[in-house]
Amino acid sequence: MSQLLILAAETENPLIPPIPELVVGLIAFVIVFGFLAKKLLPNINKVLDERREAIEGGIEKAEAAQTEAQSVLEQYKAQLAEARHEAARLRQEAQEQGATLIAEMRAEGQRQREEIVAAGHTQIEADRKAASQALRQDVGKLATDLAGKLVGESLEDHARQSRVIDRFLDELEEKAEAAR
Amino acid sequence: MSADPTQVLAFETDCHIFDGCGFPAPGLHSFLFKPLVGDGDSNLYFNKTMLLALLGSVIIIGFFWAAFRKPKVVPGKLQMVAESGYDFIRRGVVYETIGKKEGEKYVPLVVSLFFFVWMMNVWSIVPVAQFPVTAIISYPAVLAGIVYILWVSLTFKRHGFVGAFKNFTGYDKSLGAVLPLAMFIEFFSNLLVRPFTHAVRLFANMFAGHTLLLLFTIASWYLLNGIGIAYAGVSFIMVIVMTAFELFIQALQAYVFVLLTCTFIQGALAENH
Repeated sequence: MSQLLILAAETENPLIPPIPELVVGLIAFVIVFGFLAKKLLPNINKVLDERREAIEGGIEKAEAAQTEAQSVLEQYKAQLAEARHEAARLRQEAQEQGATLIAEMRAEGQRQREEIVAAGHTQIEADRKAASQALRQDVGKLATDLAGKLVGESLEDHARQSRVIDRFLDELEEKAEAAR
Repeated sequence: MSADPTQVLAFETDCHIFDGCGFPAPGLHSFLFKPLVGDGDSNLYFNKTMLLALLGSVIIIGFFWAAFRKPKVVPGKLQMVAESGYDFIRRGVVYETIGKKEGEKYVPLVVSLFFFVWMMNVWSIVPVAQFPVTAIISYPAVLAGIVYILWVSLTFKRHGFVGAFKNFTGYDKSLGAVLPLAMFIEFFSNLLVRPFTHAVRLFANMFAGHTLLLLFTIASWYLLNGIGIAYAGVSFIMVIVMTAFELFIQALQAYVFVLLTCTFIQGALAENH
């Protein structure tokens, strides 16, 4: 019995497609193709495109941020360099100004000193002149006084005479002292 | 009924070695199924392979529906798996052979073909089903037929009648005197043999794979008697090894099928030399 069925089966060529299976195979495949081609693959393609754009957008953003950071850094560096330069310039200027000021003050001091010295000299000269003027007047007056006294007193006594002279000279000194 | 070898599994019988029972070897009868519905003599019937084919379609659509119905820019796990499969076929097969610009149009067809063929092959090792649908020639034939029609019509559309003829025959003046012979062979090989080999390559691989699995499975049961138990163990190890091997072959054959499809389409679109 089973042997007969096996023989029966072997009369069928496995390379000759049974029609009903062909039809069902076609239907099964068309169903799969229809769903994938019309609905599901377009769905995923859209999302894949979106993802690619998102990634590319992200990269672009990052690049932009980097460029900005770079430019900011350069700006900052430039500003720093400028600031350094400015500071150096200011320091230089200050030094120069300081030197000028010191020189000016020194010159002023020198001038004032010279003025003071000159004023001192003038004063001294004036004093000296005034003193000599006063002295001359006093000497004349004293000479006259002395002459008068000499006339009034005896000139024989040498001691007396010398005493008078001494007194005169003392007076003279006193006068000079007083005049000063 | 119980004697019908096409409907009875080997281990449902008490047939063992040393029992005076012959080895119930697998054969063509292992690829015949009594209709579940209808009459086998007419063309109106519904059998196991049809059920598996339709069920396979539902599974593929179910999988991609779950993965791609509402796809997200940041994918979930399922979407990621489906995407990598899709991307593998799109980039690894279509773009590689046809090119991105011209190939984009054929991506849905090739992706559908790959997953359909793969699913039909995988039925081979799914418990209970355990039959590669593609081991029935009708299924590979209908797929190869679709590709064949597409390929021929594309060739005519792209090159016109004379151009298509040259394309089919591999017309090349430099062949000189051999040219008529070469054209004849090429024509024969391209237009007549190609669709046949395209279908049979897939069919025969799955047919042979299923036969091997059957052979070792039946042998494991048949040898389970006396000293034969040792051999049954070896046979069972072979079942496991062959199952793993089949898993690989199933994917490989699906890949080869779509790769050839793409090569044909590329040939149709290519300029004549």
